[in-house]
Amino acid sequence: MTPINTLTSTAAPLPLPNIDTDQIIPKQFLKRTGYGDFLFYDWRYNFDAAGHTTPNPDFVLNKPEYAHAEILLAERNFGCGSSREHAAWALNQFGFRAVIAPTFADIFYSNAGKNGIILCRLTDAEVETLIQRSTANPQHQITINLEQQTVTDDQGFQAHFDIDPFRKHCLLNGLDDIGLTLLHKDKLDAYEAKHNEEFWLAPKAQATA
Amino acid sequence: MSTESNPSQALKPRTMFEKVWQQHVVVEPAGEPTILYIDLQLVHEVTSPQAFEGLRLANRPLRNPARHIATVDHNVPTTSVADRLVIADQVASAQVNALRKNCAEFGIELFDVEDAEQGIVHMIGPELGATKPGMTIVCGDSHTSTHGAFGALAFGIGTSEVEHVMATQTLPQDKPKTFRINVEGGVNGELPYGVTAKDIILDIIGRIGTDGASGHVVEYAGSAIRALSMEGRMTVCNMSIEAGARAGMIAPDDTTFAYLKGRRFSPAYEKDPVGTVSAIPNYPDSFNPPPISRSPWDLAVEQWSALVTDLGATFDRELTIDATKLAPNVTWGTSPGMVTTIDSAVPSLADAKTDADRKSFERAFEYMDLKPGTPIKDIKIDAVFLGSCTNGRIEDLRAAASIVDGYHVAKTVRALVVPGSQAVKHQAEAEGLDLVFKSAGFEWREPGCSMCLGMNPDILSPGERCASTSNRNFEGRQGRGGRTHLLSPAMAAAAAITGHFTDVRYWKFNSKEGR
Repeated sequence: MTPINTLTSTAAPLPLPNIDTDQIIPKQFLKRTGYGDFLFYDWRYNFDAAGHTTPNPDFVLNKPEYAHAEILLAERNFGCGSSREHAAWALNQFGFRAVIAPTFADIFYSNAGKNGIILCRLTDAEVETLIQRSTANPQHQITINLEQQTVTDDQGFQAHFDIDPFRKHCLLNGLDDIGLTLLHKDKLDAYEAKHNEEFWLAPKAQATA
Repeated sequence: MSTESNPSQALKPRTMFEKVWQQHVVVEPAGEPTILYIDLQLVHEVTSPQAFEGLRLANRPLRNPARHIATVDHNVPTTSVADRLVIADQVASAQVNALRKNCAEFGIELFDVEDAEQGIVHMIGPELGATKPGMTIVCGDSHTSTHGAFGALAFGIGTSEVEHVMATQTLPQDKPKTFRINVEGGVNGELPYGVTAKDIILDIIGRIGTDGASGHVVEYAGSAIRALSMEGRMTVCNMSIEAGARAGMIAPDDTTFAYLKGRRFSPAYEKDPVGTVSAIPNYPDSFNPPPISRSPWDLAVEQWSALVTDLGATFDRELTIDATKLAPNVTWGTSPGMVTTIDSAVPSLADAKTDADRKSFERAFEYMDLKPGTPIKDIKIDAVFLGSCTNGRIEDLRAAASIVDGYHVAKTVRALVVPGSQAVKHQAEAEGLDLVFKSAGFEWREPGCSMCLGMNPDILSPGERCASTSNRNFEGRQGRGGRTHLLSPAMAAAAAITGHFTDVRYWKFNSKEGR
């Protein structure tokens, strides 16, 4: 994971609540590798009767003025539904480094963190302000400072976001979770040796009883 | 770690979640999430390839293969055995083959496409007896919450976390909050006629919203929950994620133990006594009863029985629902929270509580091609899907079969039954349910996830409207442009016969055998 601290970018507004991971990356693309081209597939493309696709000119990510946005703005409960980490991979591969929304679904929140995507929870009113500004002016620049836990913009906007200190530490330093857990290998070995005797919690109890 | 060694903590009343959590704490590093031991990871073909690849790249072994079980479910065709043995979709085929290769390389037991134990990953855990009360269970699939029906702490994870569990058999986890939902039924917890577990959970999601339980583990309690079969409990816990919950749990009881007893991976109950009650010294033999041998099963039941929430334990949130007021539910929109009863109508914009809801309503009306105020019973359907990890169990198929018996599917409707597992399929065939469905014009399929998410060839065409027993009615979930209405198996069966949503409470049964 690449360490990340500050990010300044334009932002693409997607002002909808409950954007689910089926929308972020539809199921037919979970069988392959390379996901960025299929981000928001059903919204990004128009389909003719024969199933041929053409970019939907009305969809925000197809508008040239938002093409380089690294921040996505959305409403509450972003990333709900399926646990597919492909949603985080698709956002990342498309070029998004951060999502700002009032709330995120739990599993997506975790998946995004593992992939170095910053998620900022701001209030409904704060998100609304940013959405309005980015909609009115695609050049609207937002800055996220992870160390300071702030979101600011080029028009005097200032907001603070909460983030778990450990998650922040991992993002700032690009740390590998597995490596961190394995620092506790001795304790894990001791725990597991004892826990394995508790056959009523073993998946294959008959094999161990 | 062990609370038994700390008297002050042992005396404090604890929730079931708290007990399971505490028993699985490996270490609580200062300023970091708790490292939680994972008893079982279930693996399927779609969310595991990158995790196995990650192990290889980092040259890490899979720590505990005995705590992993794999199957193929998301991608496999359900049309015929032949179609499953040679999968036409090259990409799907490659993913299934990759799982076979990975399981062989890392020593994981795989229940492959034609094994008698194959099925949707959340079906086979319980069927094998691998799912047990008190366990921690994860899987790269959000419907892992299903296993909570047994009093396990079970939740869906992303692929990075799948790799984490493979490498360490643990997960760093922040402790969730707790939320008890009491569902109180009538006498002995009875539900109103025609109301099922599916209607309970759809009602809850409609009430609290699709993010209503975010950050919480829900414990479902109350007389209506206790009266449910394990199948019904699994349906309720399965859709916990649709309310945003981290997990759903139900306290283990005699219903749970009766389900688990004698299953392949359940503790043995006849042989291998592991302890005896010793005779009381200095008393005559005639006073002492003969030594009682206690099987692993007896010991396990004793452990599991202690998991229930203590009297006086507190939850971060609590909600009580009067189940005697429930009616069969049908979703009308593109989120499981957009739900109403069969005897009502598509809501109007005025029913939206917030601006955001209003926007979602407008979008849903358009996507679903529905006008506000349309009676639910007037909505015509093109397809019916009976199956999924939500409602693909034997009890679900029995309920649906009893409705369709003696009738035929409406001319304009395509209907399919996809049993959730081989075990369910075989059981249903032994009971003759397959014949009931087939003679009524349903397709009878091989087990898998199928049209619940449409990763295999079973999908809706744009504009097609489906009555589905699955769990998500998101835009495009069952195929791009497809319109999904969620409901119970009996309600789906009734809609298949009449061609529109129909109130099962007034259903005229037509079975010649008195099914």
